[in-house]
Amino acid sequence: MNPFLTIAMPKGRIFEEAVELLRLAGYNLPPEFKDSRRLIIEVEVENFRFILAKPMDVPTYVEHGVADLGIAGKDVMIEEERDVYELLDLKISHCYLAVAGLPNTKMNNVAPKVATKYPNAAAAYFREQGEQVEVIKLNGSIELAPIIGLSDRIVDIVSSGRTLKENGLVEYERIADITSRLIVNPVSYRMQDKRINDLVDRLNHVINSESINS
Amino acid sequence: MFEKPLGMRDTLPQLYETKSQIRNSIGDVMKSWGFQFIETPTLEYYETIGAASAILNQQLFKLLDPQGHTLVLRPDMTAPIARVAASKIFNENYPLRLAYSENVYRAQQREGGRPAEFEQIGVELIGDETVSADGEIIALMITALKEVGLEDFQISIGHIGFLKELFLQILGTEERAKTLIKFLYEKNYVGYREHVNSLSLSTIDKQRLLDFLNLRGSTEVINQAIDLVEYDQGKDSVLQLKKLWDTMDDYGNQEKLKFDLTLVSHMNYYTGILFEVYAKQVGFPIGNGGRYDGLFQKFGKNTSATGFALRLDRLVEALGPLPEITPSECILFSEERRSEAFQIAKMKRAEGLKVVLQDINGVNHIDACTDQYEEITFLIGKAGGRVST
Repeated sequence: MNPFLTIAMPKGRIFEEAVELLRLAGYNLPPEFKDSRRLIIEVEVENFRFILAKPMDVPTYVEHGVADLGIAGKDVMIEEERDVYELLDLKISHCYLAVAGLPNTKMNNVAPKVATKYPNAAAAYFREQGEQVEVIKLNGSIELAPIIGLSDRIVDIVSSGRTLKENGLVEYERIADITSRLIVNPVSYRMQDKRINDLVDRLNHVINSESINS
Repeated sequence: MFEKPLGMRDTLPQLYETKSQIRNSIGDVMKSWGFQFIETPTLEYYETIGAASAILNQQLFKLLDPQGHTLVLRPDMTAPIARVAASKIFNENYPLRLAYSENVYRAQQREGGRPAEFEQIGVELIGDETVSADGEIIALMITALKEVGLEDFQISIGHIGFLKELFLQILGTEERAKTLIKFLYEKNYVGYREHVNSLSLSTIDKQRLLDFLNLRGSTEVINQAIDLVEYDQGKDSVLQLKKLWDTMDDYGNQEKLKFDLTLVSHMNYYTGILFEVYAKQVGFPIGNGGRYDGLFQKFGKNTSATGFALRLDRLVEALGPLPEITPSECILFSEERRSEAFQIAKMKRAEGLKVVLQDINGVNHIDACTDQYEEITFLIGKAGGRVST
């Protein structure tokens, strides 16, 4: 029997978009997945098993090999630096990583503080810029930090810019463009190479024809 | 509770038994191929072994000796063995076949539970630069893995010389080639493609670099690779792979092999054929190896060498649930019948049984004590026979 190919995915919008890509690639997936609280979804006709995880945890599942494949944002890949193959840019969930803060403010020139969900990525960025900063890790509602005076700047992902605007913040620098990536465990990439190569080829075909159309 | 340093683990009896069984079977195979086991010190100088080793600086455990020299806990066995092999002891004996089974130490940066000390069992074949040597190493590894009962495994083979040559031919400078190799080392194919597309190269050359990513698979890869290189130097590397494939055919071990020319296990350690071995059920490679010609230069010798190392902890994981340890039996005796108890124990031990001798006065809870054993013999009191349960 063919073992399941296990794919770790973030819950929510990325999951929907990724499933749509798989459908376009010719995989026979049910029209909708009921009971959104389930953490594991099996699709027996295709021998797929989806595990629904926190976005930041997807590369962890894949690195340890409990998931063969995963779909993870580039932001998470930069932050986590896991030992996995980054095979495809799926070109979904476009956004970017940016430095933001209150308008018309300068960074404290002694030890400016930067609040972020991405401490590694933020530290690396400011190091490259030759600036010494104190990075403060937060787990959400990052916009609060400059407003309340916890930090001079924040590093966060921006998609439409609406959240920043609503909180009276402006963007200062753009760090990196972010899209979702198809990632693969190095062992699965060898032990299940036929199925994974086939999946990569089919997805690649869909992505390329989509980018020509748009 | 008394804590242990991060990443340090105790090995309890069941795991110990499994590890020593695996170590012995693999060791026997290595010996039967004429490899000789050696031991080297746990502590080495940072300046020599630390700097020569393939392990990243931030993963080294460093300490100072009383004279203020920086020492390292050996992070791998290849560098210490090269140090020994480059010394006078073995001067005239090349090619040299050495084996080891030792603990190595690598500090972990994340998820502190990962082992920072683990056992590696491996071999080094020193002073033989032929493809036959590469083939011997890989065939030995396959034989050893089969000997311990591992069936579902696969070896990916690459050639660092080939990819360096190809990149140099297309990109012109070592520096630009290195940038591209780094993407492969980081397993970032997306970044690799983006970088290639951003370079000012002809469409044909770009396509060659993009096609390179597809050099994964069986023998067909060899012809595809030959088509990609223009000069003989790159072709030589491919011909080595061809020869290796034929060699493995003669060993009858081809079915475990795949080519993956994108394989870069290390930024600047390996110099020729290199490989990684993977097993089902384990998310990380269980072993790796390859040809490292640069290392001996650091010890003042111009010698070619190849070898492999298997991680025993991951091998245990790949082999599945631990086997039960065969239980021992117990003789509970009182002082009056001590001599009799010793005689019986001696006889049984001679038969190869595991026998525990326990003075009944040393036991607080008889039931808790007897529950551990499959069979108990009571030799208690002055008279009477033996009672076995």
